[in-house]
Formats: sequence, structure tokens, C-alpha cells
Amino acid sequence: MRNVGIIMRRELGSYFATPLAYIFIVIFLVLASWFAFYLGGLYERGQADLNPFFNFHPWLYLFLIPAISMRLWAEERKSGSIELLMTQPITLWQAVLGKFLAAWLFAALALALTFPLWITVNYLGSPDNGAILAAYIGSLLLAAGFLAIGGCMSALTRNQVVAFILGVVACFVVLLAGFPMVLDAFRSWLPQVLVDAIASLSFLTHYESIAKGVLDVRDLLYFAMLIGYFLIATAVVLDVRKAE
Amino acid sequence: MIKTEHLGKRYDTLVAVDDVTFQVGPGEVLGFLGPNGAGKTTTMRMLAGFVTPSSGRASICGHDVEQDTLAAKACLGYLPEGAPGYGEMTVRSFLEFIVELRHLGAVARARLDYVVGRLQLQSVLEQSIETLSKGFRRRVGLAQAIVHDPPVLILDEPTDGLDPNQKHEVRTLINEMSRDKIIVISTHILEEVDAVCTRAIIIARGRIVADASPQGLAAKSRYYNAVSMRLERPEQLAQVRSAVAALPAVAEVEVSERESRLTALPRAGATILPALSELAARQGLALKELHLESGRLDEVFRTITA
Repeated sequence: MRNVGIIMRRELGSYFATPLAYIFIVIFLVLASWFAFYLGGLYERGQADLNPFFNFHPWLYLFLIPAISMRLWAEERKSGSIELLMTQPITLWQAVLGKFLAAWLFAALALALTFPLWITVNYLGSPDNGAILAAYIGSLLLAAGFLAIGGCMSALTRNQVVAFILGVVACFVVLLAGFPMVLDAFRSWLPQVLVDAIASLSFLTHYESIAKGVLDVRDLLYFAMLIGYFLIATAVVLDVRKAE
Repeated sequence: MIKTEHLGKRYDTLVAVDDVTFQVGPGEVLGFLGPNGAGKTTTMRMLAGFVTPSSGRASICGHDVEQDTLAAKACLGYLPEGAPGYGEMTVRSFLEFIVELRHLGAVARARLDYVVGRLQLQSVLEQSIETLSKGFRRRVGLAQAIVHDPPVLILDEPTDGLDPNQKHEVRTLINEMSRDKIIVISTHILEEVDAVCTRAIIIARGRIVADASPQGLAAKSRYYNAVSMRLERPEQLAQVRSAVAALPAVAEVEVSERESRLTALPRAGATILPALSELAARQGLALKELHLESGRLDEVFRTITA
């Protein structure tokens, strides 16, 4: 556990050693507010809640989270530092977990900086703060899911741009798994049972119920399993391909 | 102790390392030689636990690199090829990161100060690694490899990219550490083998083709015990050449007009120096130089790996 912490701290520190962290945070805050106010009509609706804000998070994350996750492993492989890291007395798991947690913590920090919105709605009216908290948790889980997927894509390649594109596509598929545009691609050649299974994997349906303020154990379990699955996949990919 | 038994690695159809078996004990400095792509780096990576062997076994200090990976890695200091690092980190924070991962506890501070002093990194401590020169980068890589005072060191091309002074400094460091450590270095600089190694393994196309002391290797050279002489008067070369070639113990004579040098190669096991100096005295040759060669490593290297 101690090694996970050490790796996480180094990784988090490296975000802030370059302008990447600051640029990301600024863009995230600007886009999140812009979506909430202009597209979501946060003011015009006349309701004291943050639904217009949270509703756009899946689309915001679709492009911004792969931008964080793309460098996780691709950069280590490109610069060769992965050889240095993996020959230290640590396990592959500690490295995978440490780097994932660093990326998640960073995303959480960016999300936490949206707190002025929360203050604003509390100033304007009396929102259901429990529901807002649940939505924040849902958003965090969504970010974690995207990061796990993006991290896995990053482990597949040495090229960060490829990692970004793979990440966006993979996140898009999982996000919209319940929608016809994805399901139709499978319907013609998979049995209905499997198509239904794919449909139930959709991020969006699970996220939307949490974003409305309903913390269901099944949704939490869904995110936990999805994250776990992609972290395991990352470890497997690295184990096979780290030296290539 | 480093031990490998029939160690092998294949990638699809390519055999990178094939049936490599050797042992290295304390006090030995093993030089790993071979052309580029011969399998040196792959072998070292398998020892360091970075590449999984396809066949055979390897152990470091008795810990199998596959079964008991963490213990094996804990005994090992490893400098990867090209000395990679985290470019955006400063030298100080990078070394602190390594020290933390090595769990050095109370001696952490002292060890860090020691390697910084030993490798003369004081001036670049606050610089980010990506801005360092090749030489400094290599020294940072060496620093992270020795910071935990490991009993076994595996260094992949430790002097690559260093200037002659820095090379000398690194070799001195390796010589100092060799007393109580097991050290394996890979290199294609043959003078390095003479300078630091007690033993050399030549590897070509994934296989060990020679395993001997540097002197033992040099003894395989055609030039082992050859005699080389430079004449004061170049016009005598042709005449001396036929006289030398007529000597029964001489197998072959090579002449370099440019240096007015003549090199006589002995028949296997023969000693020709006395015969040649007598010849020189008898003919009253004026010599600039006369010396006995101890064998040429580069020639052995080319013959074995060709």
C-alpha cells in the first residue's frame, strides 16, 4: 500500500510539473460552466439545482478524460521510464493502482473546483444538497470509469495521440452502449441475450440515475466492477507488452 | 550470486536469447560483449525482471527472478539501456522517489547525499532531467542504481555517451565497488573490458560464444605473442620482411608502409621475440620500437562474432 502511495504522489506531482494540469483545469472549468449556463440554462430554468451542470458531464469527460489518461502508460513506454519503474521492487499492481489513483485524484481536484456553482445555487435558492452530493459522487465515478478505460488504451500504445483517440472511441462505445447506434452494430450478428447484456453496460443509464440523486447499490457496483475490469485489463496488457 | 540456467527468450519467430547459462560470484566484474542486437540487453532485462524469459531460469542472490521477483529486485541495482528517467522531474525529486521506493528508512538521507557527492550531481540537483546533458543523465541513472547499496549491479552500457574523463570516473567507481559486489556491465567498448572486467562473455545471435578472462580472450588472438617492430629506415622493410618470414617459428608477416612497421605472427604456441631481436642485432637494424603484443581484443571479437 505504501508503494501505491509513493507512485501516486510522483505521478500527481508530474501533472503539475508541466502546464498540462493548469490548462486542463481551466478548460474543464470553462467548458463545464459554459455547458451548464448556455446549453443547460441553469439560470433560465428558475430551479435551484445543478442538473443542467451534471447532465453535460458525460460529454465533457468523453474528450477531457482521455486527455488525462493518454499519457499514463504511453509516455512511460515511449521514454523508457517504464523499465526503470518496473525494475524497482514494486508489483505491477502497485504501479497500475498508483497511477490510476493519481489520475483520479487529479480529476477529482478539477471537479472540486466547480464548488462556486454549488455556492451559487445555495445563494439563489434552497437546493437538495443531498442530491447534489450524490451527483458529485456519480460524476467522480464516471470520471474513474473513463480513466480506467483510457488508461487501458494508453497501455496499448507508445503514442499518446493514438492513446487519446483509442480512449475517446472506447469511452464513446461504453457511454452509449444502450443506444441504437452502438447496439445496431452488434444486433445483426449477436444473440439478443448478449445485445441486452451490452445495453445494460451503458455508462449513461447508470450515471443518469445517480446524477438525479439516486444512489443505487447496483449502479455503484456497476462502476466498481467496470473500473476493476479495466484495471485488470491494463495490468494484463502491460505484463505482455511492457518491453515492446 | 547471479545464476542463469538455459535462459532463453523468443519473440514469435525471432530468437533473441538462446540457452544462456552462466554464474557470476562476488568480486567478479562480468563484461557482456556482443554486436548490437546480439541479445545483451534482453538478457539483462530478464535478470532485472523486466522481460519474462520464454525458457530456463535466472536467480539473483538465490531469489528466482520469476517466482520471487520482489526479493530479486531488492538485491539488484539496475541501469537500463539509455538511462531513462522522468524528464519533467528534477534530479533531486527523482532520486528521492527512488529512495522512497527502496524503503531505506533511517539511512535514506545519508545514501542520497552519498550518491549525489559520488557522482557529482550537486550542480544539477534542481534541474529537470530532460534538460540534462547525456553524461549527467547517465550519472543520474547510475545514482539511482547504487543508491540502496545493492549486492548485485547490472549496468547496461554505463559509459555510453560520456566523455573520456567521465568514463574514467565511472570506471573508477565500478572498480571501487567491485570488491564486495557482483557487477555485470554490457559494453561494446573493448578497452572497457580491459579497464574494469575480470571476466568477459561474448554473446552473438543470442548465444554465448566465449566466456573467459580478458587476458584469456586476448590469447585467442592471432596477435597473441606477436612481435611488432618499427624501423628507422623504411627502405629496409622489404629486406627485413623476407628475413623474418624465413624464421621457422614465424607464421605470417604483416607490413604497414605508412608506419614503417612490421608485425610477425608466431606459429601456435611459439615464442619469437628472442629470435627477432637476435635477427635485428645481426643485421644491425636501427629500431624505433620493438614490442611483444598481448593479443588484440577487437580482432578476437570480430573473429568470434562474425
